[in-house]
Amino acid sequence: MPAQNDDEKEDKSGRPTKAVVGSHRDEEEVFGKAYDPRIIRRIWSFVKPYQSRIFISVAAVLVFTLTQLAIPLVIRYAIDHGMAPGRLDRSVMIGATVAFAGIILINYAASHVQETVVGKVAENVLSDLRRAMFSHLQRVSLSFMDKTEVGRLMSRLQGDVNSMQEFLETSVMSVGDIVLLFGIVSVLLWLDFRLGLLTLSTMPMLFIVRLFWLPRAKVAFMAAHETNSIANGALAEGIHGVRTVQSLERQHVNFDLYDEKVLANLNAHLRSAKYAQVMVPIVDTLTGIAMATVIVVGGSMVLSHSLDVGVMVAFLFYIQRFFDPIRSLTMQYSVMQRAMASGQRISEVLDVPVEVSDRPGAVSLSRDMDGSVEFRNVTFGYRQNLPVLKDISFRVNPGETVALVGPTGSGKSSSMALVHRFYDVWSGEVLVGGHDVRDLTQDSLGDQVAMVLQEPFLFSGTVLENIRYHKTSAIREEVVRAAKAVGAHDFIEDLPDGYDTELEQRGGNLSLGQRQLISFARALVADAKILVLDEATASIDSYTEMLIQKALVTLLEGRTGLVIAHRLATIRGADRIIVLQNGEIVESGNHEQLMERKGLYARLYNMNYASFDDISEEDMERDMAVGKAT
Amino acid sequence: MNTQAIGSAPERGKSFAHVAEASWGKGLSTLLRIVRMTLRHPWQVAITLVSTFIAATLQLFIPRLLGRAIDQAQGVVAAGGAAAEHALWNTALILLAVSVLRGLFTMAQNYYGEAVGHRTGYELRLAFYEKIQRLSFAYHDRVHTGDLITLGLLDLDGVRMFFATGILRVVLLGVLIGVGAYLLISTDLVLGLLSLSFVPFVAWRSSVTQLKLRSTWLTLQERLSVLSRVMDENLGGIRVVRAFAAQDHEMEKFDRAKQDALALANRRVEIRVGNTSAMNFSFLAAMGLVLWFGGQKVIAGQISVGTLAQFLTFMTILQMPVRQLGLMVNSFARASTCGTRLFELLDTELDIEDAPDARDLVVTDGLLRFDNVGFRYEGASGRPALSGISFEARPGETVGIVGPPGSGKSTIAHLIPRFYDVTSGTITLDGQDIRGVTLQSLRKAVGVVQQDAFLFTTSIENNIAYGNPWARETRIERAAESAQLHNYIIGLPAGYTTVVGERGASLSGGQRQRLTIARSLMLRPSVLVFDDSTAAVDAGTEQRIRAAMKRFAKDRVTLIISHRLSSLMHADQILFVDGGRIVERGTHEELLALGGRYRALYDLQLRPDEDRLEGAA
Ligand SMILES: Nc1ncnc2c1ncn2[C@@H]1O[C@H](COP(=O)(O)OP(=O)(O)OP(=O)(O)O)[C@@H](O)[C@H]1O
Ligand SMILES: Nc1ncnc2c1ncn2[C@@H]1O[C@H](COP(=O)(O)OP(=O)(O)OP(=O)(O)O)[C@@H](O)[C@H]1O
Ligand SMILES: [Mg+2]
Ligand SMILES: [Mg+2]
Repeated sequence: MPAQNDDEKEDKSGRPTKAVVGSHRDEEEVFGKAYDPRIIRRIWSFVKPYQSRIFISVAAVLVFTLTQLAIPLVIRYAIDHGMAPGRLDRSVMIGATVAFAGIILINYAASHVQETVVGKVAENVLSDLRRAMFSHLQRVSLSFMDKTEVGRLMSRLQGDVNSMQEFLETSVMSVGDIVLLFGIVSVLLWLDFRLGLLTLSTMPMLFIVRLFWLPRAKVAFMAAHETNSIANGALAEGIHGVRTVQSLERQHVNFDLYDEKVLANLNAHLRSAKYAQVMVPIVDTLTGIAMATVIVVGGSMVLSHSLDVGVMVAFLFYIQRFFDPIRSLTMQYSVMQRAMASGQRISEVLDVPVEVSDRPGAVSLSRDMDGSVEFRNVTFGYRQNLPVLKDISFRVNPGETVALVGPTGSGKSSSMALVHRFYDVWSGEVLVGGHDVRDLTQDSLGDQVAMVLQEPFLFSGTVLENIRYHKTSAIREEVVRAAKAVGAHDFIEDLPDGYDTELEQRGGNLSLGQRQLISFARALVADAKILVLDEATASIDSYTEMLIQKALVTLLEGRTGLVIAHRLATIRGADRIIVLQNGEIVESGNHEQLMERKGLYARLYNMNYASFDDISEEDMERDMAVGKAT
Repeated sequence: MNTQAIGSAPERGKSFAHVAEASWGKGLSTLLRIVRMTLRHPWQVAITLVSTFIAATLQLFIPRLLGRAIDQAQGVVAAGGAAAEHALWNTALILLAVSVLRGLFTMAQNYYGEAVGHRTGYELRLAFYEKIQRLSFAYHDRVHTGDLITLGLLDLDGVRMFFATGILRVVLLGVLIGVGAYLLISTDLVLGLLSLSFVPFVAWRSSVTQLKLRSTWLTLQERLSVLSRVMDENLGGIRVVRAFAAQDHEMEKFDRAKQDALALANRRVEIRVGNTSAMNFSFLAAMGLVLWFGGQKVIAGQISVGTLAQFLTFMTILQMPVRQLGLMVNSFARASTCGTRLFELLDTELDIEDAPDARDLVVTDGLLRFDNVGFRYEGASGRPALSGISFEARPGETVGIVGPPGSGKSTIAHLIPRFYDVTSGTITLDGQDIRGVTLQSLRKAVGVVQQDAFLFTTSIENNIAYGNPWARETRIERAAESAQLHNYIIGLPAGYTTVVGERGASLSGGQRQRLTIARSLMLRPSVLVFDDSTAAVDAGTEQRIRAAMKRFAKDRVTLIISHRLSSLMHADQILFVDGGRIVERGTHEELLALGGRYRALYDLQLRPDEDRLEGAA
C-alpha cells in the first residue's frame, strides 16, 4: 500500500460526514392550514362527479343521526308514559317497542346505505385522483422528471392519495356529528331548559382547554407525519440502491443513519400519542361533571316532582353520547389537517406545468414526410445561463445517416432529445420533415422518430411485450425479424420460455448488452422514418455490431439515421460525421475529410486505434487541455 | 429454507396463493408471533392490560351508579327529602370520581397501547431494513422493489397496529362483556342474557368476515402491487415512454390495473359495511328486547326503572366497542396476512453470508485465482452462465475480458465480491477461498465498477464518498481527478455539492460512468474490476483515466471488461469469453497471431479499413 498522506488520515470513530440516507428536502411545507379553499375546491372537483351519491349519503347520515337522537326519546317515552309509578300502561309499552323497532330498522338501513355509498365513493375518488396525477405525469416536462425521484412521486401517488381516504370517508360522518351535536343540545334544552343550560355549562371549559391544546398537538401530529415520510424515503432508497450498498459495504453506516430516522419517528409518534391521549381524562372528567350535575340537580327536581324521571334518564343517555361527536370532530380536525397537507402535495403534482405540449392547431406528422432533420441555430441547456448546446446548425437529408461524435458531456444525447422534443429549445428551431417540432403533435412525432436511448430501460413483462412496446399490434413475425436483425434472436430462444419469458424489473435477468439489443429491436419494430441510436451498441462487441449493421442495411433502406457512438468504428459507415465539443460543432464531414483535417476527430480516432503508450506526452497535454474545456 | 418469500415474476401469483391457502393455523401462528414480539416490552404491555382492565371495570360501574341515582331520584331507596338529596350527592361524587379515574386509566391504556405498537414497529422496521440490506443479489433479482416497499410500509404497519387495534380491543371487549355479564346477570338473569344476546351472533359474523377479508386482503395487496409496479416502472422509464409516444398504452395498462384494484376495493367496502351494520343491528335489536322485556318487568314491579336504565346504559357503553368490532376484525385479518408475508421475508435464510468460522481476509500478496469456476443463475434454463473458468492474476497485472453480449463477463465480475456464490470450482485471494472469509473484509478488498451503476439522489460529493463517508474533501477531489471528472464538477455552480438526480439523471452517460469510477477508487481495493465502465466515455478521456490510474495499478489486480480493444490490449492476459467459457486466452500479440475471434474483433475495430463496412453494405 502506498504511504498515506496526511489528508487521508480519517477518523472513523465519529459520525460519517459525507453520508445521508434518503434525500428528504425541506421543500415539503407541512404546517399547512387546516382549511385551504383552493385545495378544498380541487378535491371537490374530483368528488363532484359523484355528487348525487354524496347527496344520498348525506341524506342517509342525517336520517341515521335522527334515529340516534330519537332512541333515548323513545326510552324516555316508554319510562314516563308506560312504566312510571302509577302510570303503568301496556299499550304505551307496545307502542314504544314498535317505534323502537322501526327506528332501529331505519337506523340499520341508513347506516348501511351511508357507509356503503361513502366507502365506494371514496375508493372511486381516490382512484380518479391517482389516475389524474398519473396521467398528468405522462405529460409534464422531462426537466421536471429529471429532478424528481420516482420514490417521491410514488409516495404522492400512493401515500398522499391514501391519506385522503380517511378524510373522504369521515367527512360525511362529521356532517352527522355536527347535526348530532346540535340535535343533542336542542333536545336537552327542549326537554328541560334550565337543566339543559346547567348541563351544557361545562362545554365552554372544553373549548378553552382545546384552545391551549390544539396548536401544540397540531405540531406534534404533523411532526409524526413528517418524520414518517422521511423514514419511508430512506427505506425506499435503501431498497433501490441495495446492490451498491452491498458492493461498497455501506450497510453499517446506512443502518445507523436509518436507525436515527426511525427513532426520530418513534419519538414523534410517542409525543403525538401523548397529546392525543391527554384529552381523554379531560373529556371524561367533564362528562363526569355533567352527569353529576344531572344527578344532583335533576335528581332533586325529580324528587320534587318538577321533572319526569324519564327526562332524567334521557339526559343521562344524551350526555354519554354528547362527547362522542366532539371527540370524533376533534379527530376529524387532525384528519382534515393531514388531508390538507396531502391535498397540497397532490395539487402540486397536478399543477406541475406541462412545458412541452401540443400547441393549438398542431399538425400531425405524416408517414410520408421526407425524414429530414434540421437544427437551425439551436441553443439549449438545462440550467439557466449554462447552455449545453450553443448555436448549433446542421441538416440531415432524407435517407442519410449522420453520426454525432465528441467527448463525453459534449451535448450529443441532449441534441437527440431535442429531435424528439423532450425539451424545448431556448432559441433557434429543430425541424423534422420540414416542420418545427413545436408545430407537430407529440404523438405523431413519436411515431416517426424511434430512439434507442443511451440507457436501455426494459419493463417487466415478456420479451415479446417489450419488443413490441410501441406497436402492440405487431405480430410475432415482426418481432422475431427485428430480434434477428439485432442478433438477439438466439439468446432469446435460449431463455426458459423464449419470447414469452418474463423479464425481471428493468430486465435484470439479462446482461446489459442483451438489454441493449432488445431496446434496439424495440426501436426497429416501431418502424419509424427516423431512427436515433444513442450509443445503441456501446455495450456490444464489434463483431455483433458488424452483424447488426449488415442486417440493418436492408431494414433501414430509405430511413434517416442519427447515430451517436464513442467507438468510432461504429460510425465509419456514416454518410457524414458531426463532431461536437462543448456544445458546439467543431468539425463535420465524412471520415476521410475529417482524418485529413487532423482535428479532434482524427485525434480521437487515432487514440482509439493506437496504443496509448504510443501517445506522446505532448499529445496528452493537449488532450488534457481539451478535457479541461469540457 | 424459504427463499421464495414473494417468488419470481411468473411465480408471484402462485406464492401469494400459497399464503392464502395457508390455513387458520398459519394465520394463528403469525398472530402468536406478533403477540410474542409485543411481549418484548413486558412492562408496558402489563401497564396497558391492567389499565384496560381497570378502565373497563370502572366504566361498568357507571350504569350502576346511574341506575342508582335514578332510583334515588324517585325516592325508591331513601325516603325523605334531605336524605334523598344527600344520597344523590353521594352518588354524583362517586360517579365523578369514577369518571376521572376511568379517564386516567383509559389514557394510560391508549398511550401505552400505542407505545407498544410503535416500539414493535420500530424494531420491525430496523429488522426489515437490516435484512433487506443483507439479502443476496439473487433475492433482489427475483423480487420487485415495489413489492419490497409495500412490504416495508403497508405490511409492516398492519403488524404494528395489531396490538392497539386488535389485541387491546379484544381485551377491552372481553372485559366489558365478561364483567358486564357477571354484573348484569347477577342483577337480573333474563335481562342480563337478553342484553348479551347479540354476542354469539356478532362473534359468528366476525369470524366469517375475518376469513373473507383475509383472502380479499391478499388479492387486494397483489392487485395494488401490480398497480404500483405499473406506476413505478412508468416513472422510472419515462424517457422510453416518451420516446415511443406510449402514453396511451401506459394509461391503458394503468387503467387495467386500476380497474382490478378498484373493483376489489369496492367489494371490500361491501363486505366490511355489511358486517358492521349487521353487527350494529343485532346490537340495537338486543337493546329493543331489553326495553320490551324490561318494561314488562317494571310494569310487573319486578325491577325498578333505575335497573332498566342501568341495563340500557350498559348497552350504550357497549355501542362504541361493538361498532369498532368491524375494525377489529379487519385488524386481525390484516395482521395475519401481512405478518405472514413480512415474517417470511425476515425468516429468509441468507444465501450469502459469513461462514461460521469466517476470518478477515488477509491480503499479503494479492493473488487472485479462479479455479475451474462454474456458475448458474437461479431459475435460468439452458447452459450455465459460466463453466470451467480458470485464470490467475497478480498485483500489478491486468486481465482483459472480451466477449459478445451475454457471454458471462459481468458474471465473472460479480463472483469475486461474492454477489453470487460459485456453483462449482473455487475463487481464491492469496490462497483463501472467498467463501471462507468475512464478507465485509472481502468486499472492502474488491471494488467493482458496475456496468449498470446506481447513483443516489444526493450531492456529487456524497456519491463519490459513498463507500467511505469519512473521507476528506481532498481525497474526494483526487478520486474525481483520476476519473477525469474534477474539471466538470468545479464548473458547476454548486460544485461538489450539486445534487444529482435519481440514478444520475442530470448527468451525461459518460459523466455518470466516471462518477462511478471515482466512487470505486475511494476504497483503494486490492482487486479492481471495471465492468464495461468506459463504454460511454470517449477514447481520449478514457486514456487519461487509465493514465491517472497507472500510478496505483502496481499494487492491485485490475480486471477490465470492455468492448473497446484499445482499453485492454495492453493487459497482461486477455480472456475471450463466449457462452460462459474462455475460448481464447493470451496476450494481445498472441491472440492476434492465433487469428481467431479476438483477431476478428481487432480487424473490425482497429484496422483502419473502411472498405470492410462498405463491402458489407
Ligand atoms: N437532465 C439534465 N439536467 C441537467 N443537466 C444535464 C441533464 N442532462 C445532461 N445534462 C448536462 O448536459 C451536458 C451534456 O449532456 P449530454 O447527455 O448531452 O452529453 P453527451 O454528449 O451525450 O455525453 P455522453 O457521451 O457522456 O453521453 C452534460 O454536461 C450534462 O451534465
Ligand atoms: N440476474 C440474472 N438472472 C438470470 N440470468 C442472468 C442474470 N444476469 C445475467 N443472466 C444471464 O447470464 C448470462 C451472462 O450474463 P452476463 O451479464 O455475465 O453477460 P456479459 O458478458 O456481461 O454481457 P454484456 O456484454 O452484455 O454485459 C446471460 O445469458 C444473461 O442472460
Ligand atoms: Mg449521451
Ligand atoms: Mg455485462
